Amino acid sequence: MTVSPPVTLTVSVNGEPRQVPDGTTLDQLVATLTTAPGGVAAAVNEAVVPRGQWPATALSAEDRVEVLTAVQGG
Amino acid sequence: MSHPALDHHHSPGTPSDPPVSTGAAPAPGFLPSADPLTIGDREFASRLIMGTGGAPSLEILERALIASGTQLTTVAMRRLNPRVQGSVLSVLDRLGIQVLPNTAGCFTAGEAVLTARLAREALGTAWVKLEVVADERTLLPDPIELLDAAETLVDDGFTVLPYTNDDPVLAQKLEDVGCAAIMPLGSPIGSGLGIRNPHNFQLIAERARVPVILDAGAGTASDVALAMELGCAAVMLASAVTRAQEPELMAEAMRYAVSAGRLASRAGRIPRRHFALASSPDEGRAHLDPERPAFE
Repeated sequence: MTVSPPVTLTVSVNGEPRQVPDGTTLDQLVATLTTAPGGVAAAVNEAVVPRGQWPATALSAEDRVEVLTAVQGG
Repeated sequence: MSHPALDHHHSPGTPSDPPVSTGAAPAPGFLPSADPLTIGDREFASRLIMGTGGAPSLEILERALIASGTQLTTVAMRRLNPRVQGSVLSVLDRLGIQVLPNTAGCFTAGEAVLTARLAREALGTAWVKLEVVADERTLLPDPIELLDAAETLVDDGFTVLPYTNDDPVLAQKLEDVGCAAIMPLGSPIGSGLGIRNPHNFQLIAERARVPVILDAGAGTASDVALAMELGCAAVMLASAVTRAQEPELMAEAMRYAVSAGRLASRAGRIPRRHFALASSPDEGRAHLDPERPAFE
């Protein structure tokens, strides 16, 4: 018998643990946070992922995802 | 190779865009185009850089930004909060003000470099106000981490404006690694204590070949005028306006103070003297008897 793969992964999104389906890409994850991704940037495991690469970036278990935007400051 | 975020975003941070007027009337006696501020490859008619932190609401912030006449304004990069309504970016976009992301809250060069790169990706600008602080209590810059981050970001193509100590030696080193401006603190961020070491500001401004910009410490208009008189090319402030009782009014005051201080700096002040020097002529005075006053 082969062991079936897990259907969900646990990743960290802006410091919070989050269950996502296996195969979830970065653009799908960001879409759950905002419908207007203009002015938003994402890093996975402390590396910036350019927006054009979001659809091709599949998340792995234990990935640390940071999704940032501009706020009032300075 | 072009940067993906730069291709589709119309942020005014891209070098090809001309400086944008906010539409507000220039201060009386101040001709904007006659004395522009040049940072990197861009020119600004306004010498007042604003922050957006501390404003009670976006509406009050917008009115203050318009009153200030600023053309360059900072924002911070923070985790996306889906519950937050309204965006400071839409305000800046509407007013045609160039956005200047900062790295506030970073304690190491690594954090600051990553934050700057995220800001470039999010906002389509390679300009960054670089902040690397040593502790929460003073928010004073960590000079070692700051210089390290500045060098890395300059090498990565950023236009770097570092928030630094009022240290002429560090200022020189930041310039040497290619920073586009030097932003020494007058006193701790948000303290309103003004410029605690005016002599250091003079030393920094005398030697620098890039704009020196007072950053942090301004409490009221006289602090800003003094900074310009000491040789600063511009002033950056936030709390002094956003936390004033009347932010819009204080923003207007700061706008005049920057212009007044700049004009005074260019005009060349009189030397300080120990004793008086009459401004009315001595010659031609009437010879009157001092013993017989006429009013008896």
